Amino acid sequence: MLAQLFRFKGGVKPPTNKTISVQEPIGQAPLPARLFVPLHQSIGGAPNPLVQAGDTVLKGQLIGGADAWVSAAVHAPTSGRVLAVEEHVAAHPSGLPTLCVVIEPDGRDEWIDRRPVDHHSLPPERVRELLRDAGVVGLGGAAFPSHAKLTPAHAVTMEQLVINGAECEPFMTCDDLLMRERADEIVRGIAIFRELLAAREVLIGIEDNKQEAIAAMQEAVLRLAPDYRVVAVPTRYPAGGAKQLIRVLTGKEVPASRRSTELGVQCFNVATVYTAYRALACGEPVLSRIVTLTGNVERPRNWEVWLGTPMREVVALARPRADSSSFLMGGPMMGFEIPDLDAPVVKATNCIIAGSPGLFPPPPPEMPCIRCGACAEVCPHELQPFELYWFSRARNFGKTQEYYIFDCIECGCCSYVCPSHIPLVQYFRFAKSEIWAREREKQAADAAKERFELRNARAEREQAEKAERLARAASARSTEKKASPEAAKAVDSPPAVAAGEPAAAAASDAETIRKAAIAAAMERARAQRELAQPKNTDRLSAEQEREIAAVEARRAVLPATAEPAGRAAGTGPPTGLQRGE
Amino acid sequence: MITALAIMALGAIVLGAALGYASIRFKVEGDPLVEKIEAILPQTQCGQCGYPGCRPYAAAISAGEADINLCPPGGMDGVRKLADLLGREVKPLEAEEKPKQIAIIDEQTCIGCTLCIQACPVDAIVGAAKQMHTIIEPLCTGCELCVKPCPVECISMQPIAENIDNWKWKYPVFEIKRAA
Amino acid sequence: MTHYLFLLVGAVLVNNVVLVKILGLCPFMGVSRKLETAFGMGAATTFVLTVATGASYIIDRYLLLPFGLEYLRTLSFIVTIAAIVQLTEMVIQKTSPLLHQVLGIYLPLITTNCAVLGVPLLNIANRHDFIESLLFGAGSAIGFTFVLVLFAGIRERVEGADVPLHFRGAAIAMVTAGLMSLAFMGFAGLDRYQ
Repeated sequence: MLAQLFRFKGGVKPPTNKTISVQEPIGQAPLPARLFVPLHQSIGGAPNPLVQAGDTVLKGQLIGGADAWVSAAVHAPTSGRVLAVEEHVAAHPSGLPTLCVVIEPDGRDEWIDRRPVDHHSLPPERVRELLRDAGVVGLGGAAFPSHAKLTPAHAVTMEQLVINGAECEPFMTCDDLLMRERADEIVRGIAIFRELLAAREVLIGIEDNKQEAIAAMQEAVLRLAPDYRVVAVPTRYPAGGAKQLIRVLTGKEVPASRRSTELGVQCFNVATVYTAYRALACGEPVLSRIVTLTGNVERPRNWEVWLGTPMREVVALARPRADSSSFLMGGPMMGFEIPDLDAPVVKATNCIIAGSPGLFPPPPPEMPCIRCGACAEVCPHELQPFELYWFSRARNFGKTQEYYIFDCIECGCCSYVCPSHIPLVQYFRFAKSEIWAREREKQAADAAKERFELRNARAEREQAEKAERLARAASARSTEKKASPEAAKAVDSPPAVAAGEPAAAAASDAETIRKAAIAAAMERARAQRELAQPKNTDRLSAEQEREIAAVEARRAVLPATAEPAGRAAGTGPPTGLQRGE
Repeated sequence: MITALAIMALGAIVLGAALGYASIRFKVEGDPLVEKIEAILPQTQCGQCGYPGCRPYAAAISAGEADINLCPPGGMDGVRKLADLLGREVKPLEAEEKPKQIAIIDEQTCIGCTLCIQACPVDAIVGAAKQMHTIIEPLCTGCELCVKPCPVECISMQPIAENIDNWKWKYPVFEIKRAA
Repeated sequence: MTHYLFLLVGAVLVNNVVLVKILGLCPFMGVSRKLETAFGMGAATTFVLTVATGASYIIDRYLLLPFGLEYLRTLSFIVTIAAIVQLTEMVIQKTSPLLHQVLGIYLPLITTNCAVLGVPLLNIANRHDFIESLLFGAGSAIGFTFVLVLFAGIRERVEGADVPLHFRGAAIAMVTAGLMSLAFMGFAGLDRYQ
């Protein structure tokens, strides 16, 4: 069992505070009166809703189908009636709403037809599809769809499969309890992943402050799969980061630009492996997860909570003390304050911590950076947070990228040690989301430019075709005229009309008809509007009156602008906008 | 005096001839600067700068005919980038900077006249004659060119609402009240 | 040999063209906002200045002196330098677009760089021969590049600093340049070992 362990650079040792929530076994949280199941719970494409208000659903029924390869399905956690598919506040730092399926449980908890499958008998692609449709995502907190990580690289053989039971965040114990109580299922789940990846070796990394979990896992491994290795890793935050754990167990360093599969190693959380096992061997999709309720509460404990349960009801199980002022989702290092307790528990909700002014005192004032370098010493990715901070603060995003801001995993070690109490991670998050926003804008602009160019090309082509048609018609007519000049004279009573002009005349005719039609439609629309909208114009604010005046003025010029000639003088691109030639 | 004139004239002729020859011999087609300027512009093709589209504006900047602060959709950010690229001073924007908007068609009022479709420079409006029109929201650049042609005033500009996908982490702000 | 070395080191550090002679301040303040542009400007200046010192030496020695036209020095140097810069730009643009991308936009700026005129005039004043002129020109240009890059590095950082509102931009840059100048005065002590 003795294995050579490696070290990752940096890291901190905050007080773990884990013992308070491991005194009791995992409890089963009751079903709430309403479940708000968000459709978008994982990284990747947002699943499409497959149900509508009024439908009855069974427990485990698919309610959101995976939208893309990197996307995961969502299921009804219990049987009941769909009340609505509507926007509801999300478990997200913004507190903005997201599309949720609102289910009223009927209390019968009636399962769909569960079909356990034997993964040996199925091709690996099919197993990956099954995992996607069972909604298996990374439960460590990132919620990345697991099936997308289960494709081995072509060129590299998979050396190690790393199973992450490190759980380095303070306060958090959900993985610890899961390993203690459900080690067998975890080990069986590992077998599935190992086969899919054809991994040579399995390493289960657990921080050495979880002796019971290590013992339970070792016991299960001995019974079920003696060639797996359970490795106790030194307790040091962030040992549970995927890249850090891979580094500690295998000595491999995963560069930011590459995936770990390319180095022949892949990492999964224990809870993910557990749900994958349930999905295949029992046919049960991911409907619940284990959530640690701890912090400033009377009864810290781990609960198995149905996804979509409002956090308010979950928190009530732990009986928060009266002075609880805030609630964190995730750990104290990487988590965020829940803006609204109506937000539902999702697949990424691993821990809810009740905070009080005593437990998490408000941060002291931010002082200037003294460039002491403490942050660089603890950064597990060997970045220079003080430089990143300097340039993020100055909004010099190009420079932040030069200092590799996207390698930052936002672990919070730098903020934790900063003697000036600078919220470094907040600056990095700000810089990252600004860079992403710019990237999106740039892409939108490029696409718009492409469409604009295509449109111009189309307009030009149409114009050329039209000119050609007219020329052809004119030449045809002139030959006709030559053939029977008397007849032509007899027909064309106004002799001034030249060869090319009949078409133009017809066009202007069409123009007048069209204009008349538009005028009539405008009348109709106006009448419709007047009918539809009550004229409550007796008491108007100055601003409203100004607005009305502006609209009236615009209406007055409308006839002028409706004419193509008037529009040609406008600001638009000149090519092909005018219809009547 | 005569020698001085002669030598200076000689020098001028020699250098002038060399430069003239070189400008013909080493002529380069196209202007790479226009491409670079255009890459910074937001491609709304809105014409608010007074030029019919982003590329003509880029050409005008490159030729020194237009100032760099005429693009309201690009905002101050765009002005700053242009100033950086061209080594010019940053100037305040000519027009007011507005939040990003998109056009919305009131589908009840729309009469299907297709005028807005013709006005849209980026093909973001779908519809056919006498059929209801609608705006493909992700494609709309907010150029406002479709608002004026609409004969029934059913198009309005609305600021883009914040949602989970475009939400951004805010700049960390320290509360002075708490410090005191 | 050591004579040439002293001349070079002296031109780069002790008699730095920007910080000691206070020549070429226009690009020093103008093109020092970014490290890459500062480097491009420095490289272009190095090239032009070396060529310009050589050309102006030849013109002075074989054209102006024999005819006693020393009073036309400034005028003829300016014309020559401007022509050389233009010519170089055109040739580079055609032959090496890559190099033009790096140096191109700075080349026209160099025409107005007073260091490019100042160094040939100093060459004449110091009675340098051809090799010395070239070395002095190259050394001055390297010194120029050196302080320009240093200054750009400092300015990039200063951009992000909490500079009081009224000191932002050119004002703080001037203060920085003054401090750098003070530091470079320290190189005068190297003289003792000559």
